Amino acid sequence: MSGMLKSSILRKVVMALSGLFLVSFLLLHFSINLSSVIDPELFNQWSHFMGYNPLVQYVAQPILIAGVIVHFVMGFILEAQNRAARGKGYVQYKGSANAPWVSRNMLLSGGVVLAFLALHFYDFWVHEMTYKYVDALPEDPARYYEETVAKFVPMWRTVIYMISFFLLALHLWHGFASSFQSMGINNKYTPALVKFAKFYAIVIPGGFAFIALYHHLNHLAH
Amino acid sequence: MKLTLKIWRQQDAKSKGKMVKYNLDNVDEDMSFLEMLDILNEGLIEKGEEPVEFDHDCREGICGTCSLQINGRPHGPDRKITVCQLHMRSFKNGDTITIEPWRAKAFPVIKDLIVDRSAFDRIQQAGGYISVGTSGNPVDANAIPVEKEMADQSFNAATCIGCGACVAACKNASAMLFTSAKVSQFALLPQGQVEAAERVQNMVKQMDLEGFGNCTNTGACEIECPKGISLENIARMNREYLFASVKG
Repeated sequence: MSGMLKSSILRKVVMALSGLFLVSFLLLHFSINLSSVIDPELFNQWSHFMGYNPLVQYVAQPILIAGVIVHFVMGFILEAQNRAARGKGYVQYKGSANAPWVSRNMLLSGGVVLAFLALHFYDFWVHEMTYKYVDALPEDPARYYEETVAKFVPMWRTVIYMISFFLLALHLWHGFASSFQSMGINNKYTPALVKFAKFYAIVIPGGFAFIALYHHLNHLAH
Repeated sequence: MKLTLKIWRQQDAKSKGKMVKYNLDNVDEDMSFLEMLDILNEGLIEKGEEPVEFDHDCREGICGTCSLQINGRPHGPDRKITVCQLHMRSFKNGDTITIEPWRAKAFPVIKDLIVDRSAFDRIQQAGGYISVGTSGNPVDANAIPVEKEMADQSFNAATCIGCGACVAACKNASAMLFTSAKVSQFALLPQGQVEAAERVQNMVKQMDLEGFGNCTNTGACEIECPKGISLENIARMNREYLFASVKG
């Protein structure tokens, strides 16, 4: 890690690779979440598998948590270095004239997503750890759907989730496409890749938002 | 044309510096921006005040010496030009124009609007050269055939005049566009292959040592570059650097 921290290019590659890993995880997460809308039984099966499979629990989960930590720690390191590199700031700086808002505010969008992750971990991961290891309750493959739907009953949580998904979309809008540039990939396929990245940035967070809203409204309807 | 100018005045590198307001009448819209500053300075000298120091040389957009942040943008509001190519017709009567030096830790202010850009020289010296003889004796680099497309791309990279607008524009004060242009102009040519791995590693190392920021790929540098140096050069440098790192 210390060798990587010395090179600005390698720091960005670490950021890009950890980001791409998290982008791919989002697709898996979204697929499982979507099953909660389509088939509650399928959602329970998936959730139970993810919650009790040793490979997922003891290999994939620590790698995922490490990926999140590397991404945001490196993000803060880069931000601190970038601020130091400017030194005294401009009296007038027209950033909007030459760069999109999303690309200039990755710290803001990433910070909101990070804060959301804290809530999300509390809501689901801490709950799960408490169920399994603190209360030591027995396996119950049928509990996940009801537990998940219950989380979206309060409007405040649904609204926070929706706002966070919007900021996630902004973060992905720039970050996903940018990660290829950081790894030196800029060729004739880049315009298509950028289009796909932007499509992904809308569809996946939009899908997450839809699922949260669906469960909230579904509860109200019943 | 009547203008109000807000200009950064700083006695020397150690002084604090501040924005000072000047009113200027009878500015002709056909004047260049630097001619407008010349007139301001003539007036200041006549009044016994110290003129505003600013960098300039060729006044033809070739040398890369002029370097002003005008109304929050490097080289002013127009695209693909340097300050010396900027004319007063780009402004309106009654405008207030803010003029500042490039801001970067690696570009310390020497006086007023002049910054020390020798960090760029040191990056260039770290590897921006080839060891192949080009004089015809003993080996003529010009005798090596180069594909037209590669030659064009290399030439485009070589048009970088090292003005520093990329650093000034970047929210992180990153010098990636400059360094990548200097890496690319050699990396694209067969003559540049001998020291390719060493070059990119040394130049990036020097860039980091100078204290420039990291690249966030906002694209601001490309937009503000008076020579239109492309972001593709940054990707190429990243690629070259990664290959060189893997090779050891």
